[in-house]
Parts: sequence; structure tokens; C-alpha cells
Amino acid sequence: MIPADSHTKSQPLSSTEMPPSIAVPTPLIQINKLSLHYGDRPAFRDVTLSIGTGGITALVGPSGCGKTSLLTALNRLTDLIPGCRVAGEIRMGNMDVLAPQTNVIHLRRLVGMIFQKPNPFPLSIRRNLEFPLREHGSRDREQIARTIETVLQDVGLWDEVKDRLDSPALALSGGQQQRLCIARALALSPAVLLMDEPCSALDPLSSGVVEDLILQLRGRYTVVIVTHNLAQARRIADEAAFFWVHDGAGRLIEAGTAQQFFEAPRDSLTAAYISGMRG
Amino acid sequence: MAETLNPRQDLREWLAFVLVWGAAAVVTAVFCWLLGDIVWNGLSRLSWTFLTAPPESAGRRGGIGPILVSTFLILGVCLSVSLPIGVGTAVLLAEFTSDQSLFGRMTRRSLDVLAGVPSIVFGLFGNAFFCKTLGLGFSILSGGLTLACMVLPILIRSTEEGFRAVPANYRLSAAALGLSRSTTLIHLLLPAAVPGLLVGLVLGIGRAIAETAALIFTSGYVDRMPESLLDSGRALSIHIFDLSMNVSGGDANAYASALVLVIMLLLINGTAAWLADRGLHRRIVTV
Amino acid sequence: MTSSHSNILCRWQTDDLLCWLLRGLAAIAGLVVVVIVGFLIAEALPVLSLIGLGRFFTDPSWHPAEGFYNLTPMLWGTLFAMAGSVLIATPLGILSAVFCHHYAPPAVARSYRRLIELLAGIPSVVYGFWGLVVLVPLIGDIHPPGPSLLAGILILTIMILPTITLMADASLANVPQHYLRGAAALGLPRWATIRGVVFPAAKSGLFTGVILETGRAIGETMAILMVCGNVVQTPSSLFDPIRTLTANIALEMAYALGDHRAALFVSGLVLMAMIVGLAIAAEWISRGRIYG
Repeated sequence: MIPADSHTKSQPLSSTEMPPSIAVPTPLIQINKLSLHYGDRPAFRDVTLSIGTGGITALVGPSGCGKTSLLTALNRLTDLIPGCRVAGEIRMGNMDVLAPQTNVIHLRRLVGMIFQKPNPFPLSIRRNLEFPLREHGSRDREQIARTIETVLQDVGLWDEVKDRLDSPALALSGGQQQRLCIARALALSPAVLLMDEPCSALDPLSSGVVEDLILQLRGRYTVVIVTHNLAQARRIADEAAFFWVHDGAGRLIEAGTAQQFFEAPRDSLTAAYISGMRG
Repeated sequence: MAETLNPRQDLREWLAFVLVWGAAAVVTAVFCWLLGDIVWNGLSRLSWTFLTAPPESAGRRGGIGPILVSTFLILGVCLSVSLPIGVGTAVLLAEFTSDQSLFGRMTRRSLDVLAGVPSIVFGLFGNAFFCKTLGLGFSILSGGLTLACMVLPILIRSTEEGFRAVPANYRLSAAALGLSRSTTLIHLLLPAAVPGLLVGLVLGIGRAIAETAALIFTSGYVDRMPESLLDSGRALSIHIFDLSMNVSGGDANAYASALVLVIMLLLINGTAAWLADRGLHRRIVTV
Repeated sequence: MTSSHSNILCRWQTDDLLCWLLRGLAAIAGLVVVVIVGFLIAEALPVLSLIGLGRFFTDPSWHPAEGFYNLTPMLWGTLFAMAGSVLIATPLGILSAVFCHHYAPPAVARSYRRLIELLAGIPSVVYGFWGLVVLVPLIGDIHPPGPSLLAGILILTIMILPTITLMADASLANVPQHYLRGAAALGLPRWATIRGVVFPAAKSGLFTGVILETGRAIGETMAILMVCGNVVQTPSSLFDPIRTLTANIALEMAYALGDHRAALFVSGLVLMAMIVGLAIAAEWISRGRIYG
């Protein structure tokens, strides 16, 4: 649906604005001995994981094993949570994500995030896309209009909303809202997309549409997706990582390519979880 | 690290930061000035004799004993009338009327308007109705009744809030047990809604005790010790007004009276906040 | 939730007495406002039927003893004082609420909120007294006489500030957290988030706050009576003394008789009309234009 060369076209900002630090080979994200605590309560401990460029990495496991917490550590949304402590190391390209001197605004621009519940702002569809762009320094009206059209086409929403760009975003259906949120993230041309169960709050039909969309993003963005839906993980993921609660804290049990993970899991816990879900 | 905020945005963020902190600083400074001034000038006069002695030479000297008595009598009249009406209305609105019913909607709307009526208009009304039509004259009774009309909306709103904070399954389980409405209300809902009721009560007292304009031509100016509810009595707020506007050389006692009034209101509002934090999870905004 | 539980209770037919008692009490509460308006009209009627409403705006002056009843200067006084104070208090109040939610450290925000709540409870006569002994002499030093429109505006600003701050605070608190997280995830800085996301989301609450503070500014009597000088004139500068509608009632009610007294009830009616107008505006806003 999207031609192979659309990658360059969909970059609304010139490459000179892209920091040089991100243009690096695989793996893009290297997580080293990462632990996260909410006050005294651990969310996960000692996670070491590398995430390849341009692939879809699925984080799977039962509720409360720290998958979402891991995701929020990657763009430092953890800063917003009082009492939340993160220890260890995350490297994204050459950037030390957790270093205090790291510019979080810069970081979050490079790392888009999609939440479980679609969260378009209470503004018009157009303003939802235009406002973050303008805040990040785009002034050229035509350029902004072009970017809006491109990203809406990327998420397959253009034909549905092009005649009512000025109507409220909250009047869209759940699936449309979620695609608008993805478009909003894409408009800033991030390198990484974090998705926290992006389909779980949607009805099956919209969920399918969003899933197809994620597949189309493969190769153009590095996608890290948390999902409870093993079948979905199997359909879309290039790599998978399995988390489990151990001694009250989440642990990474096993990580590898999706094929190996689903066909021949090394760990017996993984095997049990996969077969349990299947049955 | 690369600079990502563009200069224009950077300037705006910085400006907003200065503006927000500046606004908070100005507001804090003005209010510290105001409170500091009242406390500083009022404290020297404040004593037990001041609180109990009668005023002399139009209030320039002496204390505020009879004035405090009148204030509390007015308050007593106000509460003994407004409390039953207010709680009854709140119970009806929260428990016995659906939000869509005409009666409920009309009552609510009329209370909303009542909450916005300027206090001086209450004064006009009180003068015409209680003093003239009912023939109560300038009296503590007239003043208290006028204030009762005034505090009704506050009282009803937070009591209703209290009832709405009671979980719905209380009512469901009571109905499932076959309890009657009055039993459910008295034994289950009323105790659970007490915090809201108390908050409303305390806020109502605060509003009543702070009121001046509605009392000038209902309870009157007389600063003698009242002998009955039909006597005219001067409320504390009117005393402050009279001392500062009509009595030259009354400032010192006006300061002390203002301090007494402020301390009373601090205690009242502190109690309300404490009750609200303890009993109600929702915050009640006083306006 | 509320409508469902009340239905469950109301299906019971055993406690009719209680239900009727409560209805009676609620009817009293609901009728108070009607009775108030009724009495205002009844008391104002003699002079209204004698000279008509028009002359309250076209008479040469306000001299009730000679039969001149022009309310316009006092109406201007009320409007100027209201407009000035609302213009100053609204930005200050909203910025104060923003301070509590997005800038101040939690402990500072808590004590700031306590301070504002405290101020909301201070009686108007105390504000007026402070204005009279502190503010008016200060203004008098800059530009005599001192009691003036400016003093009124400043005192009113201080008085209505807690109202708008607490309302804005409550409506900012109701902005869903996921908007803020979404904005942070897009790398938006603080003020950009507030301006672009928080204000639009809190818009209707903020407007309601402005309407409430406007109502307070119109209805305030004692403080403004104490600092404004009470000269019946349309002000030509900020330093001119003025008299508002409310102050006029408080000043003259004590000795007004006959038509004069009725004229004061007419000004009470004018005040009521303003308040009802505001209530309608508030209703219209809360009817929900969330987007714009």
C-alpha cells in the first residue's frame, strides 16, 4: 500500500535537523541491567535487552510484569511519575537516555509513543497534528499542511477525514482516534515508536486496521510494542521478549527472534505460557 | 546535547515561567501584607476584657461583648431555620428525585440563581419581608432569617454532595433487604453523608458570619446587649464597618474586631477543610 | 448512577409522608428566589408605575428628593469596577492555578492553595477596612483624593481572585492525565502543553470561573462602599470617586422613604437582572461547547 520510497517523502523535516547520534547500525536500543522501582515496590529488575533497527519487537507476558514500565523508561515518561526510580543503562544510538543532562524534549521527539487508550487532544483533527509540529519549530504553513496530509495518508485516515479536518478529534471513532495518535507521532518523524497495547481498547475490526498499519511501519521505524495478545505478537513481531513476575518483580525470561521464540522456546516457562495461551 | 528548543520557543517557555512564578509571588505578597497588617495592628488590643466588655463611646473604647452575643444569636436563628430546610432539600434532590424530573430541575436552577444573588439584595428583601411585612422590625430574628435564605444554597450543595458520595450499592443492598425508604435514609444514608453535611454546615456558618450588607437594614445597628430575639443587635462585621466609616478614632478597635472575625473564620474554614479531607474525597470549592 | 438509585428508592410506596415532607422543604428552598424577586417587584412597583422604567436612565441626575432617578452613573460605576477587576483577576487567578498544578513543587503548591482558600473566607468588610486604612491613603498620595474607582478595582480584584483561582484550580485538576502524558510523549515543553492542551481541555471550567467572579464583582457591596468615595458621577479617570448600585442601596436605604425607597428596589431589580443574565450565560457555556 505504501510504496517503498515513501520513507523519504514522509520525513517532513529535513535530515539536517535529525541529530547525527541516531544514524547508527543495529542494534538501535541497548538496555543494560535496567531496574525500575515505584517507591519501594519494584516493577522489574535487571533487564538486559537489545532492540534492532527497523524491526518490530514485541514485549509479552502476564499483567504486572513491568512491560509498560519498561516502555515508559525508554522515553523517560517515568520522570512524570513521583517516586519512580530507574537504575541501569539505556543507550539509544549514541545517546545515554537516562543521563541527567540528556534533553528529554529532544529524546521524546525521537521516540514517539502510542498509548493503550487513544488520547487525541480536545482540539480539532488538524490542530492535533499541527500544534506539536509548530511547537517543534515548523513555521512554514505549506510544509505543515503537506506533512499533515502525508501522515494522515500513512495511517490510512486521509480519505476518511480530509473533508472535516476542523471537526473535533474526540468525535472520531476509537480506531480512528488511535490512528490519529499514530499519525501525530509520525508527524514528528521519530526513529522509534513505542506502543503500549495499542489495540486492546479497540473493537476487533478497528484493532485489525491498526494492526495492519503497524505492519506497514515495519522497516521505516523501530517499533517496540507491548501486547497481551500472543496471536497478534506472532503475526507482527520480528523479535519477541517474554517477561514473568519473579519474587514480586518483573524479569526478562527469554528474548529472541519471533520464529525461534514461538516455534522453539528455550525456556520451559515460555513454552508453557505460549502453549497455555494457545489452548 | 543538541539544542532542540528553538530560540523563540525557548523565550516563550522562559517568559511563561517568570510570569507564573511572578503572579504567585504578587498574590502571596499582597495577602501577606493584608493579613500581616490586620494581625500586627489588631493584636495589641486583643484581650479577654475586649471580648467581654461592652463598647464605650460608640465603640472607640471598651470591648465587643454584646456584639459577639448578637452575632451568635443571629447565627443561631439562621442555622435553626436553614438546617432543616437545607438538609431536607438535599435529601430530596440526592435521593428521591431523578436528575431529569421537572421538580428537581426547577429547584436546582432556582438554587443556582439564589447562590448568585448579591447580599445587598438579600438585605432589601429581608427589610421588605421580615421587617415590614411580617412586622419583626429591625431585630436579630429578621437578620437571622435573612441570612438563612442566603446560606441555603451552600448548605444544600455540599450536603447533596455528601449523599452522592455514598456508594450506590448501599442503596441497592438496602432495597434488596426490603428496607423502607425512611429506614434506609435514617440508618444508612444519613450517617454516611454526615461529613458532607458538616462541611456544608461549617461553610454556611462561615458565609453567615462574614456577612455585612444583608444585615445593615435587617438586624440593625444597636450595640447594647440584646434582651430578646426581637431586639436589634449589631453583628461583628457591622461593628467593623461602623467603626471604620462612621466613628473617627475607631480604627484601633476596628482592627482588633477585624482580627477576631478573621480568627473565627480561620477556625471555621480550617474545620471545613479538615472535615472535607477526612470524610469526602471530592473537594468542595467555596465560592 | 444517581438517577438509578433514586428510582430504586422511589419505587417504594410506603413512606409517602417522608416524601411529602421533603418535597415541602424543597419547595420552600426553591421558592425563596421567587419570593425575593416578587418582593423586589412589589416594592418597586409604586415608582415604576408612576414614572416608568425609562426615566431611570434618562433623568438628569440622581436626586430622589427632587424626583430625579437617574441610575446611569451608578450603573457605570458598577460596570467599570467590575470590568477592571475581572480583567486583572482573571489572568492572575488562572496563572495562580497553573502555578499550583504545573510549576510549583507539591509542598509549595499545597500551601499556596491553603492560602487562597483562606482568602476566600475572609469577609468583605475586612477587605474593605484594609483598603480604607492602607490602600486609599496610598492612592491619595499619588493622586488625591484617594477614595476612587482605582481603589475599588484593586480591592475587588483581591476579593474575587480566590474565586477564579479555586475554580481554575478545580478545572485544571479535571484535565485527564492522559492528555498530559500524550503531550509529554510528543516532547512538548511545559508552557506549550499548558497553552495547547490544558487550556482547551479546561476551557468550560475556566469560563464558568470567570462568570462566577463577575457575579461576585457586581454584587459586592461593603468593600466597595468603603473605598470608592461614593460620589454619584460617571468617572472620567481611574482616580475619580464613584458610587456603585450596591453601595447606593446600602447608603440610602437607612433613610429612604416612599418613592425613594421604591427607587432603591428598582436598582435591586437591575442587579438581579444582571445576575440572572450571568446565570444564563453560565448555563449556555456548561451546555457544552467543549471545542472551539
